Amino acid sequence: MATRTRSEHPPVRRGDRIFSATALGAGILILLILAGVAIFLLVQGVPGITAGRGSLSGRDSFWAYVGPFAFGTVYASIIALVVAVPIAVGIALFISHYAPRRVALALGYIVDLLAAVPSVVFGVWGITVLSPALVPIMQWLEDNAGFLPFFEGPTLTSGRNMFTAGLVLAVMILPIITAICREVFLQTPRLHEEAALALGATRWEMIRMTVFPYGRSGIVSASMLGLGRALGETLAVALVLSGSAIYTFNTLAAENSGTIAANIALQFPEASGTAVNVLIATGLILFVITFAVNYTARKIVDRRSEFSGAN
Amino acid sequence: MASTLETQQPPAGAARSIHQRTLPRYAPAAVFGGCLVIGAVLTGFGLIGTVVLGSVIYLVVIYVLSRTVESSRKAADRVVTGLVTSAFVIALVPLVSVIYTVFSRGLPVLSATFFTSSMRNVVGEGGGVFHAIWGTVYITGMALVISVPIGILTAIYLVEYGRGWLPRQIRFLVDVMTGIPSIVAGLFAYALFVLIFGPGIRIGIGGAIALSVLMIPVVVRSTEEMLKLVPNELREAAYALGVPKWRTIVKVVLPTALAGIATGVTLSIARVIGETAPLLIILGITDSANFDPFSGRIATLPVFTYYEYIQPGVDGSGEGRAFGGALVLVLIVLVLNAVARLISYLFSPTKA
Repeated sequence: MATRTRSEHPPVRRGDRIFSATALGAGILILLILAGVAIFLLVQGVPGITAGRGSLSGRDSFWAYVGPFAFGTVYASIIALVVAVPIAVGIALFISHYAPRRVALALGYIVDLLAAVPSVVFGVWGITVLSPALVPIMQWLEDNAGFLPFFEGPTLTSGRNMFTAGLVLAVMILPIITAICREVFLQTPRLHEEAALALGATRWEMIRMTVFPYGRSGIVSASMLGLGRALGETLAVALVLSGSAIYTFNTLAAENSGTIAANIALQFPEASGTAVNVLIATGLILFVITFAVNYTARKIVDRRSEFSGAN
Repeated sequence: MASTLETQQPPAGAARSIHQRTLPRYAPAAVFGGCLVIGAVLTGFGLIGTVVLGSVIYLVVIYVLSRTVESSRKAADRVVTGLVTSAFVIALVPLVSVIYTVFSRGLPVLSATFFTSSMRNVVGEGGGVFHAIWGTVYITGMALVISVPIGILTAIYLVEYGRGWLPRQIRFLVDVMTGIPSIVAGLFAYALFVLIFGPGIRIGIGGAIALSVLMIPVVVRSTEEMLKLVPNELREAAYALGVPKWRTIVKVVLPTALAGIATGVTLSIARVIGETAPLLIILGITDSANFDPFSGRIATLPVFTYYEYIQPGVDGSGEGRAFGGALVLVLIVLVLNAVARLISYLFSPTKA
């Protein structure tokens, strides 16, 4: 008691106060930026939502205009996720638990580099290389799986359809999902893994018992980031997909649902007047969709993390 | 001692399962080789067909073989090993193809003129990316100057100072911000500057702000992860020596995490330097160099690449320039990554 409260309440120094206030300010600034994005899009977008037929490419209402694009955005992203997530988890496992350690380091660098390939490069590659290469596969799918609504055809000979767009998106989100999954898998406690192996588990059983439970929320979070990038991906889709304002599940034909982001990129440079507001309003819709997706995914991550042992 | 050892002897049944029959080490490679040959014969020696069909046959054969000789558990393990390896090969195909395409079609375009001239008064052949490179460099640089302090300070707040509901909200919203589509960031910058300068605005600082919106969450998230990895013992040791909290953060926590933070920042640069959509909205495209970030259109590499590809001109020479631009962009990204590795290597505390 002689030392009194000195050790319990150290003096607050001025440097501390300035530093913590600055840090807090930066955090609050981020909240303001996010609020700013919503507010400014709303301010500029509302005139677009109430716009007349003249600015809506002949559609009756804004909602009739944005609907097909919203559908196309979600559809393309889901195709991309379905293709990319299993492969990405596989690659991440290969790098973290299968490849020899020295090689694994180099493979990690390769994935990191490829996460940075710009979307416009993927788009140009998608047109010049991927679409022609995929046409035979699309033809095969149309012939053998044509009873499914996705592969009804007839296959577009240039290959610039939803099928190619979905695959380009899958390729684009693959490095990101892989990089995050790999980091998460590598963080699995070594003792957990060794305990599983010591109990006689095969490598696959060890991964199922230790790596996946530990990394589950990481996989969800990685997929979420991938989905976010796929939903908002603009230039690759704008280049590869010849989209229009229709609803269709058919991935092979010439008529495809466009995406919101690609539509904005294609229309914005030439737009003027209320048409600009309409495009900003569609951007607001895209913002709302991605916000909803991220919000849901974060909730899943939060709930699962209680069981994952990752904390 | 001897008696305890004896009680730990495993029962006889367990001892037998240890000496279970296993496939020889060379089995997977040998089976795979055989399957490739079968695949080659069946598909008529096409490269892709051979590999695909051979891999499928391999998975079936190794499963049956392992199941009969070893056990169903081992068989599942071997199949998963095959699947995981093929996932990696599948991913390499498009990635190698992208790099190969960009290099093979971009390299012939690169020349001294390509780097030293803009597109001013160029019709048809010639012209270059001088204006676009500088646009990209200083717009990204401005975004970096805006994002890095905000991002790192926020991460410090979240890890070192944050208590209660506010940091939870900030962390949550930063995650949400990570998902903001790049084109929405461009529209935000446009909507912001339209209020100030009126419709049809194209301005450089807007591009920097749009890129910052995309960059900040990446910096925050990666920095936060790195700060969390700093052992608490280091902080406690500093406090025990009477070091103020802010000096502990600046002198102990940040240097320890520096390598990771540098990597995170570099990845964030690499993410935004190739962003096309927001710059297409707020910067547009121009044929001449514009060094004034506060007025007028500015060309950037990604937007240049896009426009040269979709509007190649009457003689189609733009397509070549598009691939040249794409190659320069990819090269910049490669160099950035190399620099990040170097920084991270030089300053890594684990080396000491």
